[in-house]
Amino acid sequence: MFSTVRERVGEVLLPGDEFSFEAEEKISLTAPVKSEKVVCGPGLRRCGDRLVVFKSGVLRHKEPNVFWIDSQQRRYVPAKGESIIGIVTAKSGDVFKVDFGGSEQASLSYLTFEGATKRNRPNVQVGDLVFAQFLIANKDMEPELVCIDSSGRANGMGVFGAGGLLFRVSLGLVRRLLAPHSDIRSDLEQLFPCELVVGMNGRIWVKSATVQQTLIIANLLQSAETMTAQQRQQLFRKVQQGAF
Amino acid sequence: MASESVKLSKNLLRMKFMQRRLDAETKKQLEEDERRIISDEHWYLDLPELKAKENLIIEERSFVPCEDLKYGRLSFGGFNPEVEKLMALMNPREEEEEEEEDLSQMQTDITDEEMALRYESLVGSMKKKFATKRERAAQEADEENQKEVKRAFVKPQD
Repeated sequence: MFSTVRERVGEVLLPGDEFSFEAEEKISLTAPVKSEKVVCGPGLRRCGDRLVVFKSGVLRHKEPNVFWIDSQQRRYVPAKGESIIGIVTAKSGDVFKVDFGGSEQASLSYLTFEGATKRNRPNVQVGDLVFAQFLIANKDMEPELVCIDSSGRANGMGVFGAGGLLFRVSLGLVRRLLAPHSDIRSDLEQLFPCELVVGMNGRIWVKSATVQQTLIIANLLQSAETMTAQQRQQLFRKVQQGAF
Repeated sequence: MASESVKLSKNLLRMKFMQRRLDAETKKQLEEDERRIISDEHWYLDLPELKAKENLIIEERSFVPCEDLKYGRLSFGGFNPEVEKLMALMNPREEEEEEEEDLSQMQTDITDEEMALRYESLVGSMKKKFATKRERAAQEADEENQKEVKRAFVKPQD
């Protein structure tokens, strides 16, 4: 049923491209009725019966019926459920204002930390880094962050970041870093012991044993953006030889 | 009945204290009348019926479920053991193959033989439950005899 989309997987699409399913629905009457549901990811939008492209990039597909546009961008647009690194910019009453690099600041209630109650407020100061996920990410509303999951546990979210370094990369690099079987991650793993916090909003926080190593990792990641796999591996090897 | 001899007005019958006296039929009739009045007054838009089409397209705004992205906290080389524990917890995908094996094991978790063995012991205890007093006594005696036989000293062979 969605063969029109399937045919174009891997091609570059531009905003305004459309897929229509109506004509095919008539044909499918003879075939056994299947209620195939299609999931359109980022870059695709439903418009009535049609599927409209609104980002330029390569059309990707995942079984069974997931399609999305793989695009490069640096501006982060919040999406529900994504975890990001935010900077607390203000404390006002019972919410914190958090800057996450989007068009608007998100609000983060003090009650959405693990173990926080009305009496027992979490110790969050202006300027602190928080790893949080979006509970509400609507284009018409103020985004809302939480530092707990649905069962009330932090699971790594919350205030972090003593003695590390925060820097920005493109959203594409973040996705490459977090992808399953990621090359960059496996290269990095062999370098030296370190800790990374990767936000979907393009912020990465690194901490390592020494300041020097932290800086090396930060520079490597930032330059890995524009390198081929070979170049990157060469550079990583060179750094490793220099480090030991 | 009173209603047959003297006709009471409908409005009077509808009053609360008259409700008790009404028999089933008149009650039903009154209710129907009321319903008709309501449905007459009820107005609706003269529009073609909206077809509740099944929506085949689901929107997803995030890359995470599309690309199966991992959790954003990473630790390498044992730098932060807590985070490494978290990584194992939040990224269960790595053990996919093992999980599949587990699933196959689950189906044959208890073999038929094990099941039979288990029920074998149950048969005895259920039998005891339904036995008469005399039978039970006999069984116990038997068991004791058997036990005594078992505990008998066996002379080691030279």
